[in-house]
This record gives sequence, C-alpha cells and structure tokens, in this order.
Amino acid sequence: MLLIADIEKRFDGRLRVEASIRIPYGPSTTILFGPSGAGKTTVLRCIAGLEKLSAGRIVFDGKDWVNVRPQKRPIGFLFQDYALFPHLRVSENIGYAAKHSAESVNRIASMLKVDDVLNQWPSELSGGQQQRVALARVLARKPRLLLLDEPLSALDAAMRDHVRSELAQLLRTLGIPAIVVTHDWVDALTLGDQMLVMSSGRVLQAGPPREVFTRPQHPEVAAAVGVETVVSGRIRRREGGTALLDVGSAQLVAADPGGDESDFYVCVRGEDVTLEKGRAEQSSARNHLRGTVLQIAIAGVLTKVTIDAGFELVALVTRQAAADLQLSKGAEIFSVFKASAVHLIPKAHG
Amino acid sequence: MNWEALITTLELAAVTSVILMVIALPLSYWFAFSEWRWKFLLEAVVALPLVLPPTVLGFYVLIALGPQSPLGRFGLAFTFNGLVLASVLYSLPFAVQPIAAAFGAVERKYIEASWMLGVSNFETFYRVIVPQSWSGVLTGFVLSFAHTLGEFGVVLMVGGNIPGVTRTLSIDIYDQVQGLNYTSAAVTSATLLIISFVILSIVYGLNRKVWFFAADRRHREAV
Repeated sequence: MLLIADIEKRFDGRLRVEASIRIPYGPSTTILFGPSGAGKTTVLRCIAGLEKLSAGRIVFDGKDWVNVRPQKRPIGFLFQDYALFPHLRVSENIGYAAKHSAESVNRIASMLKVDDVLNQWPSELSGGQQQRVALARVLARKPRLLLLDEPLSALDAAMRDHVRSELAQLLRTLGIPAIVVTHDWVDALTLGDQMLVMSSGRVLQAGPPREVFTRPQHPEVAAAVGVETVVSGRIRRREGGTALLDVGSAQLVAADPGGDESDFYVCVRGEDVTLEKGRAEQSSARNHLRGTVLQIAIAGVLTKVTIDAGFELVALVTRQAAADLQLSKGAEIFSVFKASAVHLIPKAHG
Repeated sequence: MNWEALITTLELAAVTSVILMVIALPLSYWFAFSEWRWKFLLEAVVALPLVLPPTVLGFYVLIALGPQSPLGRFGLAFTFNGLVLASVLYSLPFAVQPIAAAFGAVERKYIEASWMLGVSNFETFYRVIVPQSWSGVLTGFVLSFAHTLGEFGVVLMVGGNIPGVTRTLSIDIYDQVQGLNYTSAAVTSATLLIISFVILSIVYGLNRKVWFFAADRRHREAV
C-alpha cells in the first residue's frame, strides 16, 4: 500500500473523526464522500500533516509519517478555494514550490492550458482558470499523492460540469493516486474509482462508487448519496436538445448532454418520480413508463416504491399517496418524470 | 532653530525604528501564531509603555543602566546608545501591534498552501506573510519613528540633556520655554509639527494604495 492511514482525531477531548484509508500503489482516485461536517476535510488535513493525529498512524510507502512535517510529505494539496497567493502573479504561483526554471513552469502551464495567463494576477482569473493554476502549482512539486478538497465547489454550476470532466481526464492522464473530498454525487460518480462514505466522523461504507450508490448498506449512506436509481444506458438518438436512451428494455428521454459519448450512467432521484394509475392524456413530462411494483418499503416519512419499468426504478412518494394509489406488489403502475430529472454521467469518466 | 537637536532627534528616531523592525518582525510573528497559553502575559508586558508614564519607564531604564546593575558596565546612562535602548522599549508596542495584527490577518490557507508546497516556516514568513502584511509593517515602522520623534519623558530621564548627544527637539523646546525664549520654541515646535505631519502623510498616502489593494481583494473574494 502507498498509504495506510488510521486516523483518530479529537477536538477538545471529543472524538470527532475516526477513519481508515488505504491507497494502493498506482493510479486510482478515492472519493471521500459525505455531508458537510462529516469529517472529510479533517481526514485530508491529517494525511497532509496540517492536523496532528490524536491517535492512529499514517504510513506512506512504508515510512511512518507521524513526526514528518507537512513540508516533507510529497503531497499535492488542492485547497477548497485554491488559496492562490494574491500577491504573486500566476507564473510566480506555479513556480513557487522550488527554484523552477521558466521552462518547466511553461511546460506545466501549457499542460493545464494556463500558459496565456502567466502574467496575470490570480484575482483576474475565472474560477476554472484559478483551479487549473492551483493544480499546476501543486503538480510543479511532483507530488506522489494528490489531496483535492472539494475541487469543484468554488465554481458556479455552469462551469462545474465542464471543469469536472477536464479534471477527470487530467487525473487519468497524470497517473498519480488521488483522494478527492466532495459532497456532490456527480463528482463521486465521475471521478471516483473507490469511494468512502463518511457521516459524523465515521466511514459508513466503502466500495466502487456505483455499487455504493445503488446498494447503500446503511440508511445514512442512502441519505447521503440521495440517488436511488443508477443504471446503465446508451443513447440511441439525439434530436432537438433531447436524447433518447435505451435503458434495460425501456426507453427514456433525457436532456442531450452534448459530446459524442453514447454510454452513460442514468441517474434518477426517487423524489423526481411521480406514480400514476393510468396514463395521463397530456403532460409536460417526457417519460411515462409502464411497470409493475416489485417492492414497497417505508423510508422515513416517505414510502420507497421499487418498480420494474424495464429497469429497476425507485420512486419516493408520501405514505398518503401510496395508500391512495392502493399500491401492492405486482400491481401495474405508470412512472412519470421529466427529461430534466434524468441525469447522465458519461461512463468513460466513471 | 537648534539644528543639532534636530539631527539628534532624526538620528534617534531612525536608529530606533530600524532596530525595532529587527525585533518586532519575529516578535510579532510569535504573537500572531504562538498558541502558548501564557502568551497574554508577554503581550501585556510589551503593551506597558502605552499606559505607563514615560518617567516610570525612564526611571527603571536609568536604574537598569546605573553603576549598580549588570548593564552598568556598558556605561549607557546619559549616552545616545542608552537613549536608543530606552526608545526601543518605549516604542515597542507601536511597532509590534500593527505588525502582529497584520500577520494575524493573513489567511491561514495561504500559510498552509506554502507548507504544502514544501516551503519552510521561515521562508513562508518572508515569501507569504510579510508581503501580505506590507501595510501593517509600514505602519509599525512609521508609528515607531514618529513616536520616537516626540518622546520627552524617557529622553529626559535616561539621556539627560547633553547638546549634540542626547538633547532632542522636544527637550530643546522645553529648555527654550524655561528660558522664556518663546519665539525659538515656536519655531522648533512648528518644525516638529511639520516633520511629523509630512512623514505621516507620506506613509498614509503610500498605505492608501495598499489598503486599496486589500479592499479590492476582499471585494473580489466576496464576489
């Protein structure tokens, strides 16, 4: 193992974080997932040496790191809002780590497509550019492990999708193992090879992201991941801004994600699915799937209905609605949801 | 106009503020970042000259420099060097407080980012912390310079009133008023007033640019 981290961290004597992480040699991206306050950032900071462990161990490449200063750890740490030095130009930020030649700064800058802003100040850059400059600065140090703390949260929604796929591609190209903290399930599915779900300072579940999303083993994980349906789908055709997908034996309409990929993870949140007894004559919702009820379960104040609609689809409805519909196992039901409720994640990034 | 006193005064202020920078930069760093639980006691000690009558400070320094004390053998009492020592103590809070406040305002993430790029604490200090604290460092330097220009009680206690050595402008004014030499006192007073005003104006003028950047940066970060 490249990294063995058994972390126990107390604040004011109270146990706040208890987590174990193993990072194998070779390229892989591990997602630390969970709601804010779950202790994800604390785990990263402990690995980086910015927080002292209360107990436990951190062993990197066979070397005990407990008394190794942060400066001596070959880690690339990307801060949540990038922490670019405001008093230094972009080129000075990238070259900060060591006595880099202008040539090596230029090489890294062109790899990250920031070579045209080298003479600007960080405050003059867009969020996406700031992120790339911060990554360039981190990579200039030639780290053996990348720690990315909410790398996309400082970006606005429009920028996020774009930067996310760039980041996914970069992480694959670099071949450096990475730990990525996020609370966004799209980030997790797009970037992660492995995933740890944390809540209240503990790791609740670990595994490949898709498995964790589709088979949460803990109610808190299910709540944390919040997406009940994640299935494979393939685009059959695109027209007028929408895409028609084959999913299992059903066909779905989704907003066209652009690009030229055709294989996707198809994600639908249970809250977005409406159940109807018969098919409505007219509706703005693009997806009306005939199916049969497989399972009915109580999920807090809601009822979780699993439907065979050509693929396994989960709907979350109120208990009253479930009663009114007289749902029972094997009953026929229509599942209705808008094209915009279908989230597509390119498989190549997963 | 007593040119000799003017030169002594400017010399004292310059030497004092330069020495103060050497002391105040590391001390302010320690004040800003140490987590030692008894730190507040040292903060109180450094701030003492703000509230103590200058004569009290001057008295202790004089005793400390006297023949009975271990420092006595350096013969600093009633010398320019003794005056520098007293002035450094007297103006220490004026240097330390703005600098420590500026250091403390540097966001933690920049310091940690520097560490994570493999840069030592010392190098982080002069590559990240000091450059982001220019306005505080400048203010500390100028306040200690200006404060030393105007000191009276400490100078009188420790330096005496030796022309060309320890007679500063403020003492000179006092002498002239004692000798009913009001015209001369008025000229010297006006000179001291103008010098102080010009120095402060230059510094606050320069500082305005720094503030502008700081405010601008905050604005951008908030957006």
